[in-house]
Formats: sequence, C-alpha cells, structure tokens
Amino acid sequence: MLPMFFWAFVVGGLICVAGQICFDIFKLTPGHTLSLFVVIGAVLDGLGLYEPLADFAGAGATIPITSFGNSLVHGAMQEAEQHGLVGVLTGMFEVTSSGISAAIVFGFIGALLFKPKG
Amino acid sequence: MGKKAQKTPEQKSYQQLEQQHETKRPVLKNCLRAFWVGGLFCIVGQAISLFYIYFFNFTEQTSGNPTVATMVFIAMLLTGFGVYDRIGQYAGAGSAVPVTGFGNAVISASIEHRTEGFVLGVGGNMFKLAGSVLLFGVFSAFVIALIKTILIRWGVI
Repeated sequence: MLPMFFWAFVVGGLICVAGQICFDIFKLTPGHTLSLFVVIGAVLDGLGLYEPLADFAGAGATIPITSFGNSLVHGAMQEAEQHGLVGVLTGMFEVTSSGISAAIVFGFIGALLFKPKG
Repeated sequence: MGKKAQKTPEQKSYQQLEQQHETKRPVLKNCLRAFWVGGLFCIVGQAISLFYIYFFNFTEQTSGNPTVATMVFIAMLLTGFGVYDRIGQYAGAGSAVPVTGFGNAVISASIEHRTEGFVLGVGGNMFKLAGSVLLFGVFSAFVIALIKTILIRWGVI
C-alpha cells in the first residue's frame, strides 16, 4: 500500500511540475495550460497509455486534470463498443459525470453558503 | 500580444525597458512548491480512494469517480473559506492542475457572481473559467473516440 502512496505523490507531483513549467517558461495562462493538459490526457488515453499509468500511480494519475480527458475518451469508447458511432456522443460523460455534477452541485451550494470577499 | 511587425521604435525601446525590469520568475522554487503540494493533493486523493475501496465496495477502476467528487467537495470548503487562494499563491500549478483546481475554478466563479443573482450571476458565470477545460476536453475526446471507433470498425486496431 505504501509504494502506491509514494508513486501517487511522485507522479502527481511531476504532472504539476509540468504545469508549472508551462506557466513559467512557456508563459501560458492557467486556462491554456489546463486545456492543454485535458487534451494531452485525451490523446494519451486514445493511444492506450493512460490506463497503465493509472494502474501504476493510482491517484497520482486520476487526480490531475489530465484524467478528465482520459475518462471522457473512456466513456465514449465504452459506449461506442456497444452502439457504434452514436455511442461516441451518448457515452461521453458516462465516466466523468461525477466530477462535473459534483462541481455544479457544490458550486451552487458554495454560492448559497459563502459570500464573496473583498 | 499583438502583431510584432507593426511596432514603432518607441514601442520597441519600451519593450526592451520592460524586459529589463521584469522580475525573473524563480522557476526552480516554483516547480518544487508545485511538486510537493500537487503530490500532497494526490496522496489525499489516494487515501480517499482507498477509503471508498474498503468501505463502499468500489474497485480500483471505479473508485476514481467518488474520489473526484469528494475532492471537489473539499475544494468547495477550501475555496469558500478563502484558503484555496492562499494555496494557489504558494503552489501555482500544484493547486491548479489537480481536479480540486477545476472545482475551485467553478466554485470561485459562482461565489463571485452571486451578487448578480442566482440565475444570471451564478448560473451564467459558473463555467466562466472552467468552460475552456470542458470545451477542449469534450471536443478532443470526441475526435479521438471517433477516430478510434472508425479504426476499430475497419479492423486496423
């Protein structure tokens, strides 16, 4: 169990360092960087490389935003296997629904509970 | 960033002056901070996913979903109490790249615009910052899944 935590830390940390390099050296805005990362995650899953990384690093691969692109492709491919090309659209959010719905629900609850500062 | 060719000499000399006075970003320090804070978020995520595996019968593959939702919930609390901004100032990408950064983008936008009302303010601006992530994520996933499905149909892979 302990090596799992170690690799989660290292891999997750390295992905964040890659993000920081995009910020500092390539002078990208956070919005550009995160969009880029999601696309990279989707491409990696398209090539079948993301799943081995997730098996190896656990949360180190599923917590960074790259996993969002990965699970979008994953959901689309799952459904596409059953229903063909239509499945690409119908299955898109199959795996990611929790992240999006959590963000919407908690975003609204947050807006109800907290007042803007400053 | 505009068109570089159309700059007057004054603008060019000003740009040089600007570059001289620009503070150098401490890249190495920023990277180290991003590394350990980002790693810490992932350790927390790993602990949460183990919790779901042991107590709620999720498998290693499916435990990612509730973990992400829980992380977004944590992001809501941290954002609401103003802690996430501080972490962001310290850690840079270490707080933006994990999924909590996505949560923070949605939640901070909705808290910020609540004064404009719940329908037009919160509802309309919720995805102001996170929308680009959704757009490019969904569109690239669509293209990739489409190509892959067609290739599988043709028996290429």
